[in-house]
Amino acid sequence: MATRAAPPRPVRIVLAKVGLDGHDRGVKVVARALRDAGYEVIYTGLRQTPAMVVDAALQEDAQAIGLSLHSGAHMTLIPAVLEELRRRQATDILVFAGGIIPDEDIAELKRMGVAEIFTPGAPLQGIVEWLRERFPEVES
Amino acid sequence: MPERDLAAEFRAGNVRGLARAITLVERRDPAVRRLLAELGQPRPPVVGFTGAPGTGKSTLVDALIRHWRALGRKVAVIAVDPNSPYSGGAILGDRIRMQGHALDPGVYIRSMGARGHLGGLSLATREAVRLLGAFGFDEVVLETVGVGQSELEVAAVADTTVVVMAPGLGDGVQMIKAGILEIADVLVVNKADLAGAQRAAQELRTMLNLAPRTEWKPPIVMTVALSGEGMDELEQALARHRHYLEGSGEGRRRMQARLREEAADLVGQWAREAALRLLEADGELGRLADESPYVAAEQILSRLGTGGERAEARA
Amino acid sequence: MLRSRAHEEWEQAYEASPRRDDGLETSTLSGQELAPLYTVEDLPEGVEGEYPGRYPYLRGIHPGGYRGKLWTMRQFSGFASAAETNRRYKYLLENGQTGLSVAFDMPTLMGLDSDHPESRGEIGYCGVAIDSLADMDRLFEGIPLDRVSTSMTINSPAAILLCMYLAVAERQGVPFSRLEGTLQNDILKEFIAQKEFVFPPGPSMRLVVDSIEFCTREVPRWNTVSISGYHIREAGSTAVQELAFTLADGFAYVDACLERGLKIDDFAPRLSFFFDAHIDFFEEIAKFRAARRLWARHLRERYGATSERSWKLRFHTQTAGVSLTAQQPEINVARTAIEALAAVLGGTQSLHTNAMDEVLALPTDRAARIALRTQQVIAYETGVANTVDPLGGSYLVESLTRRMEEEAERYFQRIEELGGVIPAIEAGFMQREIADAAFRHQQELEQRRRIMVGVNEFTQGNEEDTIELLRIRPELEEEQIERVREVRRRRDRGRAERALEQVRKAAADPKENLMPHILEAVRAYCTEGEIMAAMEEVFGRYTETPVI
Repeated sequence: MATRAAPPRPVRIVLAKVGLDGHDRGVKVVARALRDAGYEVIYTGLRQTPAMVVDAALQEDAQAIGLSLHSGAHMTLIPAVLEELRRRQATDILVFAGGIIPDEDIAELKRMGVAEIFTPGAPLQGIVEWLRERFPEVES
Repeated sequence: MPERDLAAEFRAGNVRGLARAITLVERRDPAVRRLLAELGQPRPPVVGFTGAPGTGKSTLVDALIRHWRALGRKVAVIAVDPNSPYSGGAILGDRIRMQGHALDPGVYIRSMGARGHLGGLSLATREAVRLLGAFGFDEVVLETVGVGQSELEVAAVADTTVVVMAPGLGDGVQMIKAGILEIADVLVVNKADLAGAQRAAQELRTMLNLAPRTEWKPPIVMTVALSGEGMDELEQALARHRHYLEGSGEGRRRMQARLREEAADLVGQWAREAALRLLEADGELGRLADESPYVAAEQILSRLGTGGERAEARA
Repeated sequence: MLRSRAHEEWEQAYEASPRRDDGLETSTLSGQELAPLYTVEDLPEGVEGEYPGRYPYLRGIHPGGYRGKLWTMRQFSGFASAAETNRRYKYLLENGQTGLSVAFDMPTLMGLDSDHPESRGEIGYCGVAIDSLADMDRLFEGIPLDRVSTSMTINSPAAILLCMYLAVAERQGVPFSRLEGTLQNDILKEFIAQKEFVFPPGPSMRLVVDSIEFCTREVPRWNTVSISGYHIREAGSTAVQELAFTLADGFAYVDACLERGLKIDDFAPRLSFFFDAHIDFFEEIAKFRAARRLWARHLRERYGATSERSWKLRFHTQTAGVSLTAQQPEINVARTAIEALAAVLGGTQSLHTNAMDEVLALPTDRAARIALRTQQVIAYETGVANTVDPLGGSYLVESLTRRMEEEAERYFQRIEELGGVIPAIEAGFMQREIADAAFRHQQELEQRRRIMVGVNEFTQGNEEDTIELLRIRPELEEEQIERVREVRRRRDRGRAERALEQVRKAAADPKENLMPHILEAVRAYCTEGEIMAAMEEVFGRYTETPVI
């Protein structure tokens, strides 16, 4: 039993599937891993538009948005999320993404402001460690 | 993170300010007190929804939001997930069933995990309700799956508590958790189009008739949240209960009881935190606790009582 | 049973022998425990009485196996516009492919027209964009529909795409009775695994039964539903879950058709199956064999089917997309070859082999050709097609087969206890089982209890340049949007509006079969999105309660 007086600040992460595909195996596995690592994951489900994702992140006071997509529309949808964050003056919210994204697109997306992209085969531990570096205040 | 002028953000209707303020509540940051003092604290009516998993609570809330929005009312939902594993992390997914209102600025949905609340969930939600009121919401829904003690915490905060049931999967009405009828102001049998709904309602009626007589008899409302069937009846039942609370003085009594309860809860929480600090700081006290927690507790209480330690949230 | 002397001697020798000390799992990929050795003692009773072409078809549905007819090499393909895909189809047919298999793009799969805002960025990407009869016409231009068999992978809007195919046949002058092919049309696995649902389960099932009823009468050689385990497996299930949930879905369709008043032997012969071929070789072979026997038994004993054609489980197989890696993608050729071999040894009727670059994007011509050539090597070089069910009688395979049947039966029981497939879906039962299995597998990889070559071991070479990728022309999106708008401008507006109104009316009347009304709407050049929207007005839209 921890003898901590005040609760640690929970890092809140919105995980969303953008685009039309329904492949949620990856996002669910990541959600579980982040939960087990002590994060509060707000899963918004399938087929979220960029505006819906950003709206959820704002309402939930999330510090990060994780996007999962497998449909191939990453060069359309991820920039649209970044644009929506700019429009809502919320560019301090970290955006990361996972999915089948070719190397050259990864470079381009990072230039646009995506913090990190995890491709298939990325170990869960790597995602957790990356987040821990970004949010050292999380307890687990 | 730069300090934000939350009061200004509230006045400007910036939803991020509200969201951040609720986070501060969850972190028990005293800045919230200052904010509420500045903004005033109108308290919107709170309807609590509780029920077993799979009864369609969220879908029902979704339908109710639609109903209220059609009347031009601004609605906020706090979806509480009491399932918090050991790690302290959580997966909160209740928003999904309320996506009919995505992008409607008149609807705000906030997911809340049980992390760190340690039974103080109602403290956090009470304060969040005040913030929602200060932000301008007309209706607040507090939704939680009925596991553990969570429905009691909802009932402790809500003006009207709705208990949702659904027929099927063999969980007959007799499976209702003990005590749940006592907290219900309105009973809903959702998925009323399924076989067994009428029987479930009948069984509920029988159980209510056996219960001690009270001034307010909880109505049983049949709904099909997916199609919107029964939503008018639900809204009417909520309005009647609200009317009853106002007319009978019960509302005032409940409000008073709640505020006193909240004060007691706060004392409990602050004293606990102060005690933990003391035990950590004072080695002798710690050793005393190792031998007899009772003796140590008395000492701590007396030290807190004499003002030797300020028992309050991190100021 | 008394153990033989030889067995005991082996056991002692085995106990004394050294073991690999690498910490790797020795269970199957799905976690079924395996003994180090299987012997005659592990053979299930009655195996010696099993013959190919005889009930319950453990050893195959044809007495001659592949001596009678090789499997159909059916490569799933489609991308960009109808015209571009049409060229790819002709290329594949010229290269010896024997059946077509249409991949539609995401907007088409979700019932959205290309000019819908949510279609942005997805048009023509994962498959071909089809908005109306005009696109379908172009897709099959120069391909006589009475000379090919066509498989269409589509579910929520399946009835509409089938009607488009029928309308193309009408325009080519081919009678419906001569059309051969398969519609995936398996909505249940969408709710369970692939999540490309639109309408709630009730109306979705009605559409499936409407199409079965219509085809049974009008398109008798058409396979009405391809009951799919593939997507269940790709979502992370175990082999047993794939087997059990797929067959349970099959029984649910049978139940729904019987409830409609159809006769079992009129529709059951046209139900077919679609499985995954994953990388655990023997487990997969056992799965295919178990599926056949389970289906035959249930159809005959539980449903009282009397036609042999109802008892026979026919299936298509696709090698496992999830087993492929983006790292060193050329290794995928080896994986796919092994998986394809398992499908063949399991007795598949048709087969798709994944292209090595499919994990990255749509296959290039070269990668698609190598995938097809892999099947040709198996068919023509290895000699495995010369003997029927060559693994029949294998101690391991027979024992695994029986075990998987028993475990599947236990799942049937649990689903039954939950009230059937749809209530089980609504309670999230299968979704949770699959999510648990997927998480377990991921942890095994993380802890290096299982190896994926190039991913968590043997990564030298990962840094090499990846292979060339097929890119979709950026102009395609605008062209396709313009095409659907052009169709709306040029059609007879009154006829289209009347047809949509009829669809709406028929949807509201559960006694009416929707198919003729959808067919008329298609003929009137109503778009896919318009027809879906008309039905959605009546049916509503499904939102899932996610199970994590």
